[in-house]
Amino acid sequence: MKALLALSRAIDFVNEHIGRLVYWCVLIMVLVSAANATSRYALNLASNAWLELQWYLFAVVFLLCSGYTLLHNEHIRIDVVSSRFSRQTQIWIDVFGILLFLLPMSLFIMWLSWPIFMNAWRSGEISGSAGGLIRWPVRLLVPVGFFLLSIQGLSELIKRVAYLQGLIPDPVEQHKDPGLDLMLEVGKEENK
Amino acid sequence: MSAFLVANIAPIMFVGLIVFLLIGFPVSFALAALGLSFGLLGIQLGLLNEALFQALPERIFGIMANDTLLAVPFFTFMGLILERSGMAEDLLDTIGQLFGPIRGGLAYAVVFVGALLAATTGVVAASVISMGLISLPIMLRYGYDRRLATGVIAASGTLAQIIPPSLVLIVLADQLGRSVGDMYAGAIFPGLVLTALYALYVLGVTLIYPKAAPALPPEARPLRGWKLMGRVLFVLIPPLALIFLVLGTIFIGVATPTEGGAMGATGALILALINRRLTFSLMRQAMNSTAKLTTFVVFILVGSTVFSLTFRGVNGDIWIEHLLTSLPGGQVGFLIVVNLLTFFLAFFLDFFELAFIIVPLLGPVADKLGIDLIWFGVLLGVNMQTSFMHPPFGYALFYLRSVAPAKEYMDKILRKPIQGVTTGQIYWGAVPFVVIQVIMVGIVIGFPGLVTGNIEKLKFDPSKVKIEVPQETPEEQKQDEAPPNFGAPQPGAAPAEKSEAAPADDLQNAFGAPKK
Repeated sequence: MKALLALSRAIDFVNEHIGRLVYWCVLIMVLVSAANATSRYALNLASNAWLELQWYLFAVVFLLCSGYTLLHNEHIRIDVVSSRFSRQTQIWIDVFGILLFLLPMSLFIMWLSWPIFMNAWRSGEISGSAGGLIRWPVRLLVPVGFFLLSIQGLSELIKRVAYLQGLIPDPVEQHKDPGLDLMLEVGKEENK
Repeated sequence: MSAFLVANIAPIMFVGLIVFLLIGFPVSFALAALGLSFGLLGIQLGLLNEALFQALPERIFGIMANDTLLAVPFFTFMGLILERSGMAEDLLDTIGQLFGPIRGGLAYAVVFVGALLAATTGVVAASVISMGLISLPIMLRYGYDRRLATGVIAASGTLAQIIPPSLVLIVLADQLGRSVGDMYAGAIFPGLVLTALYALYVLGVTLIYPKAAPALPPEARPLRGWKLMGRVLFVLIPPLALIFLVLGTIFIGVATPTEGGAMGATGALILALINRRLTFSLMRQAMNSTAKLTTFVVFILVGSTVFSLTFRGVNGDIWIEHLLTSLPGGQVGFLIVVNLLTFFLAFFLDFFELAFIIVPLLGPVADKLGIDLIWFGVLLGVNMQTSFMHPPFGYALFYLRSVAPAKEYMDKILRKPIQGVTTGQIYWGAVPFVVIQVIMVGIVIGFPGLVTGNIEKLKFDPSKVKIEVPQETPEEQKQDEAPPNFGAPQPGAAPAEKSEAAPADDLQNAFGAPKK
């Protein structure tokens, strides 16, 4: 179990830092898109490469932050019924959910999307629009994103089992940052 | 056993969905896993083609390359920055003093500022939190009825859901396969009528129970006369500039809604910079929250895409269609049932879940019944707004609870203790506004012209703008048409945004799902 917990800590570390790095893409995306709109209007200049960069960055954000969001327990849940369960029951639901839902689902999508990336990589697929970007980097994002999600699922599984054995405190409480997340955390806090 | 499964797989899948959502595992994963496992089951039973899931990576790629969804992070980021930019404080302070001398003045100010904030950003949390922090203590100080005070703040905050540029409308437009510009144009009037209804309710309360909303005493209004007027005009500049930057550019056809969002976010950054509120930690908080919100929203969409791939494969959509078209009363019967359904689901689902799970099932049926999808979308938007106000799970109520004083505290100005606001008061305060919302749903059903009439008018607008500058006309038009990825700057010209529905049907045909 000790080795597994060390693995879990390593995964948490990786996803935490990927998340912190990747969220800067939000700002870049805003600036790129505003610049695109301005230059098209003011200078009558439009570049397909810059336009495609917008959604490349969007894909980077939501795919690479998938593990990070799971780490902070912010994939939205419906807690009308489940908030009445005991903490133990909720943790058991998570354990089964990760084993039966999350892991098979993300591994399956990884397996499905990998050949598509290989295909794009080998053929050097390029966007259909003139001056568009090369495609393999975004094709690669899907398997990578679901890989990050599945290792985070593994880490959450380890932490929950360790919690059930009484080895560590509640993992969900640990990774909460209430001051940081106005939009989401505030509501959840009050829900308790 | 397997014969029963074959005959009833769609209803079983639907029941499974409800069960797995309710046990409280993250929605997106439950949806996706359900879609995959029923898909594999369907393949085993010979109901589905083995190649079913080969389409999945392409579907996910479609979500990644979806220009409309880009607006989600933009408007979220804008709302978060704006909440800290000091704009809401300035507005509430001065508008509060402007309306202060009349009974219920602060409540009118909240409704008015709520509508202004709604027109600049599509995020409820930002409005409710600012108004709860700034206006609620003043209302409590001068003896407002607590239920009125909390209700009006929560409800005015939710105006952000229906007044453009709202996130709900973007998501609804995407799911219904209509252009965001049209959806915005359709929602403007209903949004304004709703604002007027809120104000009317405040007026009604002040007439019946004058004590519930007293006027502010002179000492609470340091600014008077011309000085006040000057100040009012001054504080109105930032929100009006932002409204122009976002909505103006969208409606005159300069920017797509996505670009409008980016312009607005940049504007909010500049405003925060001018007010010296832009710190490194604020930036990081805003980016962090935006990244996480975007991730979970898009993942719900990924999950529901996987789910609907299988659900349509086993003819679940046809099952739903039969259920809904066999209702008595045709269009009206359908609308009544759909609105009741949405209203009750809104008690425990939030609007992202409603929009991604329910709307794709309802949209095609509405279309078949000859219902205008923009009108349908706005109708659902008004209805879903209640999901923010329903006690006990409405998000607006959570946000307000988190900033409202819970315990007795010492008021700094009056120097006397003021009781905290109870959760019960917040819940009861929301009830009249939920009723108003239901009335508004009735109004939208009764007067479709409120939505559709406006779209026609605005469709005309872009061309008018161009006629005024005849020399640039050809160039500008070329500009609008040239880049393929812009979606639809003008309402109406939106082939690019047609999404889910059609490809799914093709798929179904291609895979030759057996018909009963």
